[in-house]
Amino acid sequence: MKAAAFAYARATSVVNALELLGTHGDKAKVLSGGQSLMPAMNLRLTSPELIVDIGELAELRGIAVTGSIVRIGALTRHVDVLKSPEIAANAPLLTEAIAHVAHPAVRNRGTIGGNLAHADPASELPACMVALNATIVVRGQAGERRVAAEEFFKGIYATDLSAQELLVGVELPVASTNSSYFFHEFARRQGDYAIAGLAAQAIVEKDIFTKLRLVFFAVGDRPLLARAATKLINVSLTPEVLAAAMIVLGEELDPQDDHQASASMRRHLAKVLLARGASALLCRPDLNAGGRA
Amino acid sequence: MTASVLISLEVNGERVDAHVLPRLNLADFLREQLQLTGTHVGCEHGVCGACTVRVNGEIVRSCLMLAVQTHGASVQTIEGLSDSGEVADLQAAFRDRNALQCGFCTPGMLMAAQDLLKQEAEPDRERIREHLSGNYCRCTGYHAIIDAIEITARARAGGQA
Ligand SMILES: Cc1cc2nc3c(=O)[nH]c(=O)nc-3n(C[C@H](O)[C@H](O)[C@H](O)COP(=O)(O)OP(=O)(O)OC[C@H]3O[C@@H](n4cnc5c(N)ncnc54)[C@H](O)[C@@H]3O)c2cc1C
Ligand code: FES
Ligand code: FES
Repeated sequence: MKAAAFAYARATSVVNALELLGTHGDKAKVLSGGQSLMPAMNLRLTSPELIVDIGELAELRGIAVTGSIVRIGALTRHVDVLKSPEIAANAPLLTEAIAHVAHPAVRNRGTIGGNLAHADPASELPACMVALNATIVVRGQAGERRVAAEEFFKGIYATDLSAQELLVGVELPVASTNSSYFFHEFARRQGDYAIAGLAAQAIVEKDIFTKLRLVFFAVGDRPLLARAATKLINVSLTPEVLAAAMIVLGEELDPQDDHQASASMRRHLAKVLLARGASALLCRPDLNAGGRA
Repeated sequence: MTASVLISLEVNGERVDAHVLPRLNLADFLREQLQLTGTHVGCEHGVCGACTVRVNGEIVRSCLMLAVQTHGASVQTIEGLSDSGEVADLQAAFRDRNALQCGFCTPGMLMAAQDLLKQEAEPDRERIREHLSGNYCRCTGYHAIIDAIEITARARAGGQA
């Protein structure tokens, strides 16, 4: 199908884009890479009256590391994140995860800001933002505000953004030298949205987790920062401890049934991911064998 | 404001000026206004890869880009790559290996394959699969396509040595 008719405005600056959004409100839609918006428009799931194309705003593009913060502009494309040595050095979880986002031709257009604003619960990137303790930077006509990633995602395709605001960038703390990460997802095909996935960041000292953030995706309406992680911190990990963590995980999961997988399959896969993640982060292959869900 | 917009771009090396409606996507612009029908349209939501073209040297889905967004850009379609001879060896390998049957996916496959071979001299089968993961073929079962790309990569690498 084809998109319905709409008017088109090429924003000349962030201020100009915010003016247009201020005037047209939810009748307007921001266009970044178009890799989620255009399919939705072609399928007539959405029919905005005005498209505000922010694609030319160079001020929103680029990756910069200053002190202990990595800043990624909203218009930075998936391919740029994937190939960035700064991201590989300072947020390696993201480098690994973004290789699972779509396919090369889609990664050449899709942007991090568009991905996070779209907030697909099966997407890898919102989960990475929560795992990495990112701050989402939002600008409106009244000025800038900063939202913790944990607070930003509100549900299926729902975020803290209003129709008058732009996501302008994200800020990640530089990964500390003693931290490690884990990323894995189950998908039918390379590049497809996940059926269930886990993004994790940890600090391990003497074979014990002293910090652990486990963020599951595609198993609920938004990324799930699992409380189950608290069961694994500051203890010597045994199969029994892992089993207890799985019970907690089971209680906090609320997965959906859809054409890709049933809720019970997703529950099962999330537990498999928990065992694999803990085992990989601690370099303890025995935990994965013993902790099979 | 839904009125047509004047765009000026380069398509296969030639300058094109055109009036387009904002809702017109690049695939339909190429096919219907420029009669470049080598770019195929399958799903129109980014999933099948049949509409893959190059914009400013990089492959993109032409069904997910508006024609108005190509103002000032350089677009290359399968006609351009074919006429210049850039993919002649790849096309021959596809023919030799039976890597096409109905041919619907082939322009997009060639675009994606050439994009990989430009970036990596000798990708293994796994890398080839990965790079083509966004392109559907409903006929061949993919193996022959991977074969054709692998053979072309080897021949090109050998030719340089
Ligand atoms: C075949 C295919 C497979 C895909 N597979 C995956 C996958 O496996 N994982 C995954 O994560 N994604 C996947 N995607 C989606 C892809 O990552 C998109 O690039 C991304 O979701 C949206 O980014 P965009 O820049 O294209 O945004 P757009 O499509 O331009 O916009 C998306 C939404 O966000 C809004 N928006 C955009 N930018 C801003 C901003 N700066 N501020 C406020 N609102 C904004 C738009 O108004 C729109 O509602 C896939 C897409 C396709 C076509
Ligand atoms: S027609 Fe564009 S990807 Fe299918
Ligand atoms: S040859 Fe028919 S779809 Fe690929």
